[in-house]
Amino acid sequence: MAELETWQEAGFGLYLHWPFCAAKCPYCDFNSHVTARIDQRAWTEAYLSELRRAAAETPGRILSTVFFGGGTPSLMQPETVAAILDEVRRLWPMVNDPEITLEANPTSVEAGRFAGYAAAGVNRLSMGVQSLHDEDLRRLGRLHSAAEAMAAFDIARAQFSRVSFDLIYARQGQTLDMWRSELSTALDMAVDHLSLYQLTIEPGTAFGDRFAAGRLRDLPDDDIAADMYEVTQELCDAAGLPAYEVSNHARPGSESRHNRIYWRGGDWVGIGPGAHGRLGLGGTRMATETELSPALWLRKVTETGNGETLRHGLGLTETAEEYLMMSLRLTEGTDLGRLARLGHRLDDTRVAELEEMGLLQRAGTRLRCTAQGRLVLNEILRRLMVD
Amino acid sequence: MTELSRIRNFSIVAHIDHGKSTLADRLIQSTNTVSEREMKEQLLDAMDIERERGITIKANTVRIEYIADDGELYVLNLIDTPGHVDFAYEVSRSMRAVEGSLLVVDSTQGVEAQTLANVYQAIEADHEIVPVLNKIDLPAADCERVAEQIEDVIGIDASDALRVSAKSGIGIKETLEAIVTRLPAPGGDAAAPLKAMLVDSWYDAYLGVVVLIRVMDGVIRKGDRIVMMGTGGKYPVERLGVFRPAMQNVDELGPGEIGFFTASIKQVRDTRVGDTITHEKKGADKPLPGFKPSVPVVFCGLFPVDSAEFEDLRSAIEKLALNDASFSYEMETSAALGFGFRCGFLGLLHLEVIRDRLEREYDIELITTAPSVVYHLFMKDGSQTELHNPADMPDPSIVSHVEEPRIKATIMVPDEYLGDVLKLCQDRRGIQLDLTYAGSRAMVVYDLPLNEVVFDFYDRLKSVTKGYASFDYQMEGYREDNLVKMQILVNDEPVDALSMMVHRDRAEMRGRAMCEKLKDLIPRHMFKIPIQAAIGGKVIARETLSAMRKDVTAKCYGGDATRKKKLLEKQKAGKKKMRQFGKVEIPQEAFISALKMDE
Ligand SMILES: Nc1nc2c(ncn2[C@@H]2O[C@H](COP(=O)(O)OP(=O)(O)OP(=O)(O)O)[C@@H](O)[C@H]2O)c(=O)[nH]1
Ligand SMILES: C[S@@+](CC[C@H](N)C(=O)[O-])C[C@H]1O[C@@H](n2cnc3c(N)ncnc32)[C@H](O)[C@@H]1O
Ligand code: SF4
Ligand SMILES: [Mg+2]
Repeated sequence: MAELETWQEAGFGLYLHWPFCAAKCPYCDFNSHVTARIDQRAWTEAYLSELRRAAAETPGRILSTVFFGGGTPSLMQPETVAAILDEVRRLWPMVNDPEITLEANPTSVEAGRFAGYAAAGVNRLSMGVQSLHDEDLRRLGRLHSAAEAMAAFDIARAQFSRVSFDLIYARQGQTLDMWRSELSTALDMAVDHLSLYQLTIEPGTAFGDRFAAGRLRDLPDDDIAADMYEVTQELCDAAGLPAYEVSNHARPGSESRHNRIYWRGGDWVGIGPGAHGRLGLGGTRMATETELSPALWLRKVTETGNGETLRHGLGLTETAEEYLMMSLRLTEGTDLGRLARLGHRLDDTRVAELEEMGLLQRAGTRLRCTAQGRLVLNEILRRLMVD
Repeated sequence: MTELSRIRNFSIVAHIDHGKSTLADRLIQSTNTVSEREMKEQLLDAMDIERERGITIKANTVRIEYIADDGELYVLNLIDTPGHVDFAYEVSRSMRAVEGSLLVVDSTQGVEAQTLANVYQAIEADHEIVPVLNKIDLPAADCERVAEQIEDVIGIDASDALRVSAKSGIGIKETLEAIVTRLPAPGGDAAAPLKAMLVDSWYDAYLGVVVLIRVMDGVIRKGDRIVMMGTGGKYPVERLGVFRPAMQNVDELGPGEIGFFTASIKQVRDTRVGDTITHEKKGADKPLPGFKPSVPVVFCGLFPVDSAEFEDLRSAIEKLALNDASFSYEMETSAALGFGFRCGFLGLLHLEVIRDRLEREYDIELITTAPSVVYHLFMKDGSQTELHNPADMPDPSIVSHVEEPRIKATIMVPDEYLGDVLKLCQDRRGIQLDLTYAGSRAMVVYDLPLNEVVFDFYDRLKSVTKGYASFDYQMEGYREDNLVKMQILVNDEPVDALSMMVHRDRAEMRGRAMCEKLKDLIPRHMFKIPIQAAIGGKVIARETLSAMRKDVTAKCYGGDATRKKKLLEKQKAGKKKMRQFGKVEIPQEAFISALKMDE
């Protein structure tokens, strides 16, 4: 059997990063910035130039997904999105039913642009609803109310066949019961996909600073957070949206194909400020990074025709461990055959230990986390990683 | 050689920080012993650790020359001594080399515990004592009150106490005159056979071992063949000199003089403090009365954090021991901590100083186990042994009884804190011996078990008295008590490094506190972990650390992979620094923090 390249094995996608937001949320450590004015023409040109550069080294690859992430891509003008998608279609052959996702914030202003995105070719919308309580939305620094989010959601449903939304839970002051009822409401609204993230306190954010200073009060402790996670699995399973990844739930068949490329260790081109990419090139898995600062990225691309700042080949162990780290997040788990092809063997005794503890499960050539194991995945990974 | 009547030898003694070293500075400076350029504050505190902590650890000798009001030139040998109780031994041997003491008392503070301890030693050494009230430049100075206190508490005449500001140089001239007129000249016979007292010795990278001596009788000259009467070592004197404070060579030293010699002596251990030096031929037939050697009273294990650094630690400890005969060491192995050393110290400050030096000068990260004292074990078969490490405690069924070291502690404290101090001493199994008042200060004397003091007694005392108490102690011998070994079991495995000897009546309380503390210090594992304290086979306290339930990254997409993987790798490396105990990993800090008891 001829060996498949990673892009054939796990897909090939395009990630495009839009680094601007209307306001910075206090918990967020994404590469997102607030600026007074954005020259969308110049940005469009720069993205197009980067697309052409990327296409030149991936000729003939069949593109299956496009993802506009941010920041807040719903601040992009529909014309910008249209120009980019037109160029994408010109540069790569695409599968028959490409998944083209755009991340949107659910304010009324942005909802006004949904039709334009749909017309440009976007067929999946991922909305950052975060909470269904106004008080909590304020604490999270969000610019929309729950009602506004619901209204935006309805508009989205009318425009896109696939709509997903994000919630953040294990928030300040939240109890298990409060989350149970909030999630039930969310599941009643849900179409086919939900991302449910436990609030992570990231260093370098406003929440991070407040937490370090002991001023971020009433966060649920780890035990309650674990209970919340379990309740989440229970309710989502009952509603027919089981987890297919640590924080992602979908009706079977409606998983985010783009994100699954990351978790299955596929190839993707990453363009835009701070975007990372992974590409199998000449037998080596290349990791790419671009300039982080929006202004510098724009200048670099405009002046030199290349936004990339870093490119290096990953070693076999590095590739294998990255694959392990990402794939164990998925319910379907890791393909041990693929690890073997990378020349990687897991330590049998450690795997057996974790199996015995009820945290891992081997099924044929696949290794996956049990529901209990997924909650302590970091510990599992630390044990499985090469010393 | 200096005529006896023109020599004055004295030590400067005081409680910590009352200004001994600063006074020494002024005496050195006003006699032009060193140039302006070379002068700096606390000139004699030359070790890094002394300068950094602003304290004196080693006694230092300086020879200064002074033309007195009577027109004569006098040679003055001053010894600046440390104030901290751990280094009391330095003070006592220094006193044996001189005839008088300047007793410095901070006039804003008054008599403190070490003031008293030093006076007793000076009286025992038959010294003429000249009280010096220092820091009179400060607004809080109260010379009348402090002079009165000296008379009341110490019982020496303070009517002509000198009034000095060592800092601003007030009263220095008067001090020099008092040294000449009030302190006695030394005795001695230049014609008699040589008798010199070995006061101290240390290792110098260039000169090898340097020996500090005080000549009692006879004359020592460069090139003389000498013998150390106690150890029997024979050496030709290579270099002879005095400290000003830099080394200055001289051809001979006569009675009453203090100086040094070098003689190709390999290690400090070849010399014995208190030994008598005489000539190989026509030597003295009877040695001077020696000193009691200093004995380590506090022991702890020192282990390298990185076990690969064990050999580095060995060579560092050997080097330090070359220069500090008061510290002892022997190899130790611990199931929890691997290879290391069990070291003996004069006290907790001494322990801290040595540990600091190992960590900084030799760049070795260390784990320090619980400080412990030396117990005397009396076996049922009639034999007797010393126990330096609680982990080595034999099965109690073969032990008849255990004796522990006791101390006599003197604590001076302002009235308002007395209640707290009494409670603290009582809690630590103390027996009150005395309680007296001097003005608004109380002086309490307690008989205390040393093992209750080595933990954190000093810290507790400082905190309950807001730093206003002073403390000094003396060893008082051994006494039997109901002492047992308490073990800590983590996940049913005993952790030897956490074993300790405790009084049976305090065991439950100690055990409970330890278990609670460890529960916070040990990170959660994938399984639940019982933490127990036990005496023999009997569990006396128990806590359960519940299993880790959640440790997962909520969000991880393409752009996060590199960063998240690095984080995991870092955490994994961090785990390596933990000590594996059966299936449980215990972080280093746990060993240290668990032993700090904040009641
Ligand atoms: N205001 C004032 N401060 C002084 C005087 N003498 C000493 N000090 C200060 O008191 C502190 C302690 O002085 P040292 O000379 O180091 O005291 P010490 O007695 O040698 O201390 P140990 O060797 O640690 O016992 C220093 O900060 C000095 O500057 C004085 O006459 N007046
Ligand atoms: C790229 S972000 C932003 C998308 C969009 N700008 C928004 O905020 O709605 C994608 C999602 O990550 C989640 N998220 C961001 N920071 C988080 C944090 N610190 N903890 C948990 N979830 C977080 C939010 O649910 C957010 O919708
Ligand atoms: S959470 Fe979304 S809207 Fe808020 S700062 Fe981050 S990227 Fe921007
Ligand atoms: Mg000093």
